[in-house]
Amino acid sequence: MKTLEQCLQERILIIDGAMGTMIQRHRLTEQDYRGERFASWHTDVKGNNDLLSITQPAIIRGIHQQYLEAGADIIETNTFSSTRIAQADYDMQPLAYELNVASASVARSAADEYTTRNPDKPRFVAGAIGPLNKTLSLSPDVNNPGYRAVTFDEVAAAYSEQIKGLVDGGVDVLLVETIFDTLNAKAAIYAAKKYFRDTRQKELPIMISGTITDASGRTLSGQTLEAFYISVSHAKPLSVGLNCALGATEMRSHIEELSQIASCYTSAYPNAGLPNAFGEYDEQPHETAHIIEEWAQEGFVNIVGGCCGTTPDHIKHIADYVKDFAPRRLPVLETALA
Amino acid sequence: MESHRLYPQGNGKIMESISIKPFLRLSGLEPLIVRPETNFLNVGERTNVTGSKKFARLIKEGNYEEALSVARQQVESGAQILDVNMDDALLDGEKAMQTFLNLLQAEPDIARIPIMIDSSKFNIIEAGLKCVQGKCIVNSISLKEGEEKFIEQAFVCRSFGASVVVMAFDENGQADTLEKKVNISGRAYKILTEQVGFDAQDIIFDPNIFAIATGIEEHNNYAVDFIEATRLIKQQMPLTKVSGGVSNISFSFRGNEPVREAMHAVFLYYAIKAGMDMGIVNAGQLPVYDEIEPGLRELCEDVILNRHPDATDKLLIFADTVKAKGKAVAKDEAWRNEPVQKRLSHALVNGITDYIDADTEEARQQYARPLEVIEGPLMDGMNIVGDLFGSGKMFLPQVVKSARVMKKAVAVLTPFIEAEKEKNLREGIGGAADGEGTGPAKILLATVKGDVHDIGKNIVGVVLGCNGYDIIDLGVMVPADKILQAAREQKVDIIGLSGLITPSLDEMVHIAREMKRQHLDIPLLIGGATTSRMHTAVKISPEYEQGVVHVLDASRSVTVAGNLLNQEQKAGFIKNVQTEYRKLKEDFGNKKTAKAYLKYGDAIKNKVPISWTDYTPAKPRFTGTKAFAAYNLEELVPYIDWQPFFIAWELHGKFPQILQDEKVGVEATRLYNDAQALLKKIIAEKWLEPRAVVGFWKARSNGKDSVTVQNELEGATEEVQLEFLRQQTKKAAGQPNISLADFIMPAEFGKEDYLGAFAVTIHGIEPHIKAFEKAHDDYNKIILQALADRLAEAFAELMHEKTRKEFWGYAQSEQWTNDELIQEKYTGIRPAPGYPACPDHTEKYKLFHLLEAVQATGITLTESLAMYPASSVCGWYFAHPQSKYFGIGKIEKDQVEDYAARKNMEVEEAERWLRPILEYDA
Repeated sequence: MKTLEQCLQERILIIDGAMGTMIQRHRLTEQDYRGERFASWHTDVKGNNDLLSITQPAIIRGIHQQYLEAGADIIETNTFSSTRIAQADYDMQPLAYELNVASASVARSAADEYTTRNPDKPRFVAGAIGPLNKTLSLSPDVNNPGYRAVTFDEVAAAYSEQIKGLVDGGVDVLLVETIFDTLNAKAAIYAAKKYFRDTRQKELPIMISGTITDASGRTLSGQTLEAFYISVSHAKPLSVGLNCALGATEMRSHIEELSQIASCYTSAYPNAGLPNAFGEYDEQPHETAHIIEEWAQEGFVNIVGGCCGTTPDHIKHIADYVKDFAPRRLPVLETALA
Repeated sequence: MESHRLYPQGNGKIMESISIKPFLRLSGLEPLIVRPETNFLNVGERTNVTGSKKFARLIKEGNYEEALSVARQQVESGAQILDVNMDDALLDGEKAMQTFLNLLQAEPDIARIPIMIDSSKFNIIEAGLKCVQGKCIVNSISLKEGEEKFIEQAFVCRSFGASVVVMAFDENGQADTLEKKVNISGRAYKILTEQVGFDAQDIIFDPNIFAIATGIEEHNNYAVDFIEATRLIKQQMPLTKVSGGVSNISFSFRGNEPVREAMHAVFLYYAIKAGMDMGIVNAGQLPVYDEIEPGLRELCEDVILNRHPDATDKLLIFADTVKAKGKAVAKDEAWRNEPVQKRLSHALVNGITDYIDADTEEARQQYARPLEVIEGPLMDGMNIVGDLFGSGKMFLPQVVKSARVMKKAVAVLTPFIEAEKEKNLREGIGGAADGEGTGPAKILLATVKGDVHDIGKNIVGVVLGCNGYDIIDLGVMVPADKILQAAREQKVDIIGLSGLITPSLDEMVHIAREMKRQHLDIPLLIGGATTSRMHTAVKISPEYEQGVVHVLDASRSVTVAGNLLNQEQKAGFIKNVQTEYRKLKEDFGNKKTAKAYLKYGDAIKNKVPISWTDYTPAKPRFTGTKAFAAYNLEELVPYIDWQPFFIAWELHGKFPQILQDEKVGVEATRLYNDAQALLKKIIAEKWLEPRAVVGFWKARSNGKDSVTVQNELEGATEEVQLEFLRQQTKKAAGQPNISLADFIMPAEFGKEDYLGAFAVTIHGIEPHIKAFEKAHDDYNKIILQALADRLAEAFAELMHEKTRKEFWGYAQSEQWTNDELIQEKYTGIRPAPGYPACPDHTEKYKLFHLLEAVQATGITLTESLAMYPASSVCGWYFAHPQSKYFGIGKIEKDQVEDYAARKNMEVEEAERWLRPILEYDA
């Protein structure tokens, strides 16, 4: 069977769309989130979407299946907030490892089901590593710019635990995504490299996806796109790209720039446009797909998909619109200066 | 540049595959890509506790704010990478590194460039790496403690993505021969690339720069060894970089800066040629190789290239002559024996006026026409001055002195030039040869309507004048139509506007609009203390398409003017600036509000908590006003804060330390002595007259932001209501949203509280300014203006002290030194309307009314509320022990509406006065 790298050489791969949007459709109650196991948990847990991989695995599996059905080559585990630090909101720090194993296993079995059905189109599982609710480069207190709410070591430890869970649950690749503070991402990269070296395992590839927060073209922590790419390039990532915060229209110039400077594959999974006054996403599947089609035509991308507000229908359209275009060619890496 | 290769695409489209070169790539907030054509990279060295005593002291004192300004200076003076070192036995190095780097991340203008984390202790390096999002350089690791340790440390660096400086050091010690330097570097390279997975371009070698000319013969070849090692390393490992600490080379000449600097320049000249890419240097102090005095340069080359066995001795002998003061004086007179052209040039560069009249006259007789003296030897001399200033080898006070020499020389020639013109006219010889259009470019300068401050503008005029431009200075308070009219009539090439107070910003926008409306097509320069690049980009540049450029200080004005007046560069330069400003404007517009704001009502609720029931206000010795005319100047002198005086001359640093500063100390001392001499004269001859008025009144607040003052006039009491503004950003828990009104007791507490006010001014400067202008002496003119400003501030300080101790008497027993006064250690404050704590200038009307300041002091207010004479200070007095200086920051519309209602003003008018602090666009 073909590896992820082999597939990337052949065609533009499709990554899935939003998990949150799909979970919302189920209109789950606090009771649903708790399930039997956490029926008497001491805090509210509604909104802890990652917990559903333990309490409602059928729902999560169902969402993965819809995206696989729509044509996704890569599905993301339901682990955006499955770290000790993010789970502190629900007092569920000790569950971090278990959440990752559970989410990875659900995604693994769904992907394998589709691979078995059609071995010519193998499906892959990306272990999603989110940005955390605490940042290493920014002070939460405007009057004390030198203060940090968390240390690098704490962040690296939290990510290390998450990575162990994802690897044990069987993911194919790690995906550090929605990076708005590069130093948090560097802690994730640090944790990954150290984890594989310490456990003497073969390294899994790393995909990196940053977030440009507004039209200034910089990350929230102030870096330009190129500075961001340089800052994470030591990960020797399989791909680098952008997701979230922007719709495809706003993301275009940035993905174009990235396609010029990245020595690895590029990925882009924008939101379904910008949110309307009610925080909802209105962009229709064919609209998103049409914009992304142009990126494919220009040769900007190797992996495309959707972020907030996108649905299996968006993914199906995107997959359909880009299927005839060749993937972006990897740059030639020169070995001499002149 | 990246090249492109073409591949056919499946869908018929030709798709390009780019190629990526193995450049060293680093990043702060912005990328730094080291290409073959990149010049030598300056690594800023002053943020290093082992190299800078000042920085070490600041860190030890925990004065990180000041320490950050050292970093900012490095960036501003051209450092492309910032070296940070906290290796000091008395410091917790890890903690200092983390604190400094965390704070630095919050300063985008510094965090822009990559950081070099410098330590001999790896735990400190690791602590630093954990604070920086960009791609750093680690300085350094080595094979000193064996391969295992080296690999371990390299892995850590690699896992943070850092590039590494590798010292040529192994288990047997530091490499001191060419062979060892190259071999150890080669061994490290193999380990890093093969075992640790480093990219070759991320490896930077430091093949050890050691001191030469130490008297020990084995040391003589150290520089050659470094240079040759560099050459071999770059041949064998072409993607790697070479760096080094340059100042080591001249260690044996400590204390002799001219020789050290010459050695550095010569050493770098050869090392860069051999392939050295970057170095830790004080860039501002590097002379240009070609400009080193040839005798000294030759001696330095002999020593560095180890060309003669006695090279060291010869340089030592020379070094003594540079040091010996007596010989320097003897040398001083030697220039008198040179030909007149050389003498003129020497006088210009050294600012000597003693012989300039006679020398100019001598030159005039040698040339066919008087104008040729200006265009020939005088301009040659000024070009040297311009170059030296441009490259940071001369400082502003020296340039102004040079200008004085130039003006005096031109004054000698002017009658002859006029006579020649008349003669030509009489004889009907056409003036086309040197008529209009072929003369020097004209630059019009003006301080805008409503503003009276012009020291900075005068300095810009002098500096531009030194660079050969014809300066038309319209003075202060110049209305837009007058500026535009003069620009058209005189056919000027550039207009430069200056302003110090905030309302001048609007006036500048107005002038830009007028220039557009009247179809002018000349560039507009914006400068002055209140202006900024951001304001220019957001508000002024969009109004006028023919080029608007913000100029930070006099030094920058020269390059900007040069670019704008070069026909080949002009269009490109303007386009670049416009693109940059457009980007700034977009960024500004797109920037999400980082700060949260409170509703105005909630901000009032979060006022400064003061326990009024426990407080008994002191009663002033008198209420009403008291005026002082012809105050004794001599009493003001001890209160002078000299630091801003030096800043006016673009000499930045703390007083009195600046007098000993290694870079500008000599010039600062000279300037200080000249200022002291003039000050003595001012006092002895009573040039200036200080006048003041102070007043105290019963006052109560309404618990919000209004304060009612009881002005007891003869027979009646007038109530004057003062309006203040309040901080509106959301504060951390326990931090109040401050308003000055918080420091006055609310009416309901029933006790009498008081408020004071003052206005001080320095009269009498004009005739002396005119006299200096007539003598072509800009140098003393600017010193006089700057001194008058200092005296006004000193007078305000003195009056405040008298207020605390006598007039109001709430701190009768206080004892502060002048330094402590400058640091504002005293109780109570004296904030001025128009400044951060009370940014509305229009409250000045009430202050002047209460003090009857116009009658008492002769100060008048312009329509922009600037005070004339320019050397004037006014403000309110608050006595409450919790009162302190603060800035209002930005405010929201709800507060502006409330404020306008209180002031009985249209909201639009309030917005116009408050524009600099509005959170929203209005």
